[in-house]
Amino acid sequence: MKKYSVFAVAREAMRHHTGWTRAWRDAQPKKRYDAIIIGAGGHGLATAYYLGKNFGITNVAILEKGWLGGGNTGRNTTIIRSNYLQDPSAAIYEKSRSLYETMSQDLNYNVMFSPRGVIMLAQTEHEVRGYKRTAHANALQGVTTEWITPARVKELCPIMNIDGPRYPVLGGLWQARGGTARHDAVAWGYARACSDMGMDVIQKCEVTGIRAEGGKVVGVSTNRGDIDCDKLGMVVAGHSGHLADMAGFRLPVESVALQALVSEPIKPCMDIVVMANTVHGYMSQSDKGEMVIGGGTDGYNNYTQRGSFHHIEETVRALVETFPMISRLKMLRQWGGIVDVTGDRSPILSKTPVDGIFINCGWGTGGFKAIPGSGWAMAELMAKGRSPLTDAFGMERFREGRFIDESVAAGVAH
Amino acid sequence: MSTRLANGGRLLNTDRPLNFTFNGKQMRGYAGDTLASALLANGQMMVGRSFKYHRPRGLVASGAEEPNGLVNLGSEGKFEPNARVTTTELFEGLKAESQNHWPSLEFDVGAINAKLSRFLPAGFYYKMFMYPQAAWKHVYEPIIRKSAGLGKAPQARDDDTYEHFYAFCDVLVIGGGVAGLTAARTAARAGAQVMLVEQTEHWGGRAPVDGGSIDGKPVDNFVEEILSELKSLDNVQLRTRTMGAGVYDHGYVTCYERLRDHAPDTPGPRHRLWRVRAAHVVTATGALERPLSFAGNDIPGVMLASAMRDYVVNYGVSTGDRTVVVTNNDNAYLTAISLKHAGLDVPAILDTRALPQDSELVAQARALGIRILMGHAISSVKGTKRVTGVAICSQAGEGAVLEEIPCDAVAMSGGWSPVVHLWSHCGGKLVWNAEKACFSPDVDNPPKGADGMGFVTTAGSASGVFALDDVLCDAHAAGDGVATTLDFKLPKGDSAPKATRREEAPLMPVWMMPQGASVKLREKAWLDYQNDVKVSDVRLAAQEGFVSVEHTKRYTTLGMATDQGKLSNINGLATLAGALDTDIPSVGTTTFRPPYHPIAMAAIGGEARGDVFQPIRRTPLHNWHEANGAEFEPVGQWRRPYAFKRAGESTHDAVMREVKNTREKLGLLDASTLGKLLVKGPDAGRFLDMLYTNMMSTLKPGKCRYGLMCSENGFLIDDGVVARIDEDTWLCHTTTGGADSIHAHMEEWLQTEWWDWKVHVANLTEQYAQVAVVGPNARTALENLGGMDVSREALGFMEWTDGTLGGFPVRVYRISFSGELSYEIAVEASHGQAFWDALMAVGADLGVMPYGTECLHILRAEKGFIMIGDETDGTVIPQDLGLHWALSKKKDDYLGKRAQARSHMADPNRWKLVGLETVDGSTLPDGAYAVGAGTNENGQRNMIGRVTSTYHSPTLDRGIAMGLVLHGPDRMGEVIDFPGTDGKTYQARIVDPVFYDKEGEKQNV
Amino acid sequence: MLNIHCPNCGVTAEETEFHAHGEAHLTRFGPGASDDDFESYLFMRANPKGVHFERWRHQNGCGKWFHMARCTMTLEIFGTYSAQTTEPPQDILDRIRARRPDWNPHP
Repeated sequence: MKKYSVFAVAREAMRHHTGWTRAWRDAQPKKRYDAIIIGAGGHGLATAYYLGKNFGITNVAILEKGWLGGGNTGRNTTIIRSNYLQDPSAAIYEKSRSLYETMSQDLNYNVMFSPRGVIMLAQTEHEVRGYKRTAHANALQGVTTEWITPARVKELCPIMNIDGPRYPVLGGLWQARGGTARHDAVAWGYARACSDMGMDVIQKCEVTGIRAEGGKVVGVSTNRGDIDCDKLGMVVAGHSGHLADMAGFRLPVESVALQALVSEPIKPCMDIVVMANTVHGYMSQSDKGEMVIGGGTDGYNNYTQRGSFHHIEETVRALVETFPMISRLKMLRQWGGIVDVTGDRSPILSKTPVDGIFINCGWGTGGFKAIPGSGWAMAELMAKGRSPLTDAFGMERFREGRFIDESVAAGVAH
Repeated sequence: MSTRLANGGRLLNTDRPLNFTFNGKQMRGYAGDTLASALLANGQMMVGRSFKYHRPRGLVASGAEEPNGLVNLGSEGKFEPNARVTTTELFEGLKAESQNHWPSLEFDVGAINAKLSRFLPAGFYYKMFMYPQAAWKHVYEPIIRKSAGLGKAPQARDDDTYEHFYAFCDVLVIGGGVAGLTAARTAARAGAQVMLVEQTEHWGGRAPVDGGSIDGKPVDNFVEEILSELKSLDNVQLRTRTMGAGVYDHGYVTCYERLRDHAPDTPGPRHRLWRVRAAHVVTATGALERPLSFAGNDIPGVMLASAMRDYVVNYGVSTGDRTVVVTNNDNAYLTAISLKHAGLDVPAILDTRALPQDSELVAQARALGIRILMGHAISSVKGTKRVTGVAICSQAGEGAVLEEIPCDAVAMSGGWSPVVHLWSHCGGKLVWNAEKACFSPDVDNPPKGADGMGFVTTAGSASGVFALDDVLCDAHAAGDGVATTLDFKLPKGDSAPKATRREEAPLMPVWMMPQGASVKLREKAWLDYQNDVKVSDVRLAAQEGFVSVEHTKRYTTLGMATDQGKLSNINGLATLAGALDTDIPSVGTTTFRPPYHPIAMAAIGGEARGDVFQPIRRTPLHNWHEANGAEFEPVGQWRRPYAFKRAGESTHDAVMREVKNTREKLGLLDASTLGKLLVKGPDAGRFLDMLYTNMMSTLKPGKCRYGLMCSENGFLIDDGVVARIDEDTWLCHTTTGGADSIHAHMEEWLQTEWWDWKVHVANLTEQYAQVAVVGPNARTALENLGGMDVSREALGFMEWTDGTLGGFPVRVYRISFSGELSYEIAVEASHGQAFWDALMAVGADLGVMPYGTECLHILRAEKGFIMIGDETDGTVIPQDLGLHWALSKKKDDYLGKRAQARSHMADPNRWKLVGLETVDGSTLPDGAYAVGAGTNENGQRNMIGRVTSTYHSPTLDRGIAMGLVLHGPDRMGEVIDFPGTDGKTYQARIVDPVFYDKEGEKQNV
Repeated sequence: MLNIHCPNCGVTAEETEFHAHGEAHLTRFGPGASDDDFESYLFMRANPKGVHFERWRHQNGCGKWFHMARCTMTLEIFGTYSAQTTEPPQDILDRIRARRPDWNPHP
């Protein structure tokens, strides 16, 4: 693999960039792998990457029915934060956030992680208490967050209207090392690194069946033939239920549409990420200058990657109220993704009823920020059979009544 | 120079000159001009700078597809960035400034990027700026952010208002060109309710520009006639300046009407967002001309052939004096002919097609004496801020220059692509039309509606038919077909308008000019003008394995600019196909997403802003609270007084005063927001036994009982006092937040599980005003009102009765959430204010004061009463709160019972409710956690509990708190540590949660 | 943006009047039920790509609950019907089969 650097770019410029090679090989499936990961989104690629990097398992294929990074990895609003309330969430999201800090250097690929800071606004007394609680928990969890006053909110984000009239800002939970990254680059960087370790990233390869013998997985069937494996990781977000069905088990998961939108690009006016859960909207400004905006999910099962317009209306209305200056900006594009939501809205990283099959799903609306941590933990789970980061996220928790409920502090949001 | 011609301008009203400024320079145009045509008329070809390289940018198009002509428009509360000059109608006093340059449009420091462009190919930023680690955030990113972005960020609050309209119709026709008009007329004649929208202020589209005749008349006359017919029909609604923005599921369409953008100083809303529900949608959205990819095709003066024709014919504006036309089709000859007719010079038409053509337009051009060079192409365009000439070559070659032709404008045409956006928004598929080299709607795979049938039909050029007579036939057929589908019938004999047929020679697909262009030429051949994506960038993406069209788009940013690739997408994916040596259909397209053209955020939001952002629910006493110093807090849509502040008092002081006063004298609380659900019927008792964890069927009429409600998942969701009214009637009080949700919860179980049970539920919350009369003087106050016996004997604790107080019919509940002697009194909502006034009057001598929610919280906390939302957070079960007494052992089943038998819920290590007292009397911080020894496997401190409620108690003059603690009830007296976020550690002793009047004597008097 | 027919009050209205509440025709398991049955009842969902039977409420209308058969891949609505039933009525099944000849109800 050719190392990327300013010097490499300069060298290539001299020969009109004719010397660049493929970022990842165009691999053909082999007969057998030590491990197969289904789904070449961020989580799947990260899982493969850490299988190789942390456990030396490199005879790995990552199968993708479409194009890599084409699901929610490439459709989200790129927010990265770890100011979660519950211990298991804070642990995995903070692991993830810390991996983002050095990801560009680890992967030799600029994923543009920008720790610009994230504020979660408190606009009701209930939220004030919830975020103060989170700040206390975070301090003990090793997550650096801070409860800040309305004046400080205004200082960090001058374009915000903190005076209401309906929901004046009462303060906020500030995570200075939260931020954003370039979503596509995360998938591409991992794919390039996996390929470099000798792994096969195989696009347009759809899994059509899962083969098990005596309760143990032996391989998968695909539109490009049968492929054998010892271990199988299912990392396909909204399509998890479908795959689980093939493997003969059910999941506590439903798939719904989540929408987002961007404005036309303008010059920099907002350096941080703001999330306003009471009014259901969040916004940041991309490096291109677009205001990147997201809101809530549709209430019904949906695989169309389209959502209902009234959610867009609600979100935009809330944000015009919070940031009056966006009123005359124009929405450039809206889109939808399919998110998989579990019974407690926290993810599942788990063994399954089939020996050798592991599942990683249920990230709901918050998957992007978790990519490296999720991959790190999932790789450990697959390699060693358990991980302290995944212990609490087993799918048996629903049977036990042991939930990881994050909505208690913050409502539901990214 | 571009300039205004002496003649022409079919859309202009030269009797109405208009003054405007561009970058502070005074300019003049006419009514009917767009800002684009007016700028050209004033010789202003260069209008901005590109996004990445800050290259000079001139106008390329004349409509919504324009990628370059974006300006900062207006000022202050009417300031709009990225306003497209081609869709901005000129008005008197318009102020525009070009964007993305410093210090000026002419001399832009950022243009250094263009010099460095060789070092900044597609995706360059993924390969560098990685070291040192902190540099991205602190050095590189700020520079990139500053140089990116386009328009300025608005500063002022928007002066304008916006509105939403609904419309319902049988057929929504989008696009008011001849196709849309024809389709609309056909559907209307068949009897359908038709709504026809057109994004510009003019009907007829571009057909009138291109000449020809329909039904033997000039196209303009045809448009006039069809319009007057449509206007005369009751079943037709016409809207100009209204764009079909997005097509959504089940025939939902958003249309964006710009009511005042052309006259910003007139009163009324600026924009109107139409939300149209149409049984069927006809998209007559026309087609867009494609640029050609040749070196220097981005230099100001290079323009789409059709746009140049529009400027001449519609606005009487010439783009240049000497225009070279370069084309792969017949259509662009119309431009050459128009220019010639306008008296302008056309030194050559470069036609990529190798063999001589003898079609009508070619013959006409030849007859006008224009030099036509077949098989020729542009090797490169000369000039920097303005075209000065073209070097020509053979299309088939690699770009060897045959000749240089001086000129100041280039008109290009790479063929036409139907506008398929609206067709595609909701899932309509496309097919590749090899003959016309474009993606057309796949009529077999339309977007499907609620019934699974297609609900969008295209008409005219949007279908991929471009000849005028084909357009009219297709549009008529679309109107007829749609009407028939909807069971309307077209009168016999109605047929499509007839146009003179102009035979055109076939187009030759050209994706690179010349065909074998060297890498150096490819580096100067633009695909996406605004985002600076060149042919070389797409080829680089392919070379590096970004072979999916989505990867290419994202890697190069092709089509991600504010024009969303209207001009660049097809050329881009054809380039990709070429680089991959595959065909265009197997590359496919990226997804078309709404809106067709950017729409204002404010228009999406509509009327609901400021004070009417969301509805406010007001109790009957709301106005009194407002007039008496209430500081409100939002509770759902309600506003509840947090405290009643007196002059000079802090909020905290007010709360302390209210608590003391209520404990010592008399307090009044507006409890009207509490949910009041009437549950009635022969099975009501049985039903409530399922809903509540305790037994409600055994409650005697006249009695009250505190009840808990759990979700089927076992968690505590609501609590409140239930009163049995009579044999088959119960009144259930819920929390404020629970009124609607618990009502829905009850209905859900009644309607979907126990539907054979005979029970009705009615939500009476807003029917009553409810006042809590609390404190040692409560009884005296009621006795002073008079009308009923409220003595301990007549109305004991946890009893209720109907009666009269001060002449008001009342229902009095003897219940207490404060530990004091307390009555909650319900009166008809309309009596609420008068009753409150009466209480205030009789209470005057008894020390009455109103109190708010914070006082309520402290009163209940002093008594160790739990509060839903404080002690519970959706993860807490009654067992955690020591509420076992409220879990009936006698019942086989209630909602949540099975869930609570699961292993984790029966776990003895669950944190349990206790009271907490700081060792030093201070107040524990809200939300603090208690720590145990050591850390867990993930390096987190082990936590053993948390604060759920914490207050300064004025009654005890110390901090009191409740919390959930590991093995808490077994650890009474133990002191545990709560680290604060302020660096201090708070030590608190585990105590009984009842801090005040443990025996309950005060409420029982 | 779904357009929905309420079988209770007969109104066809915008999705904004309604609220979806997940999979329909679940059997309630209460005290005494096995862990398997209870977990399945509360959490395990078919989440099919295709025909989905689901519960809706006409929340901002008549307030009544009803069932809907809908395709999650196209959002086509095969029909709405009474909430007071434990399985889809025959006419709904017929309509689904007419539109989706290959449809196999989830086991």
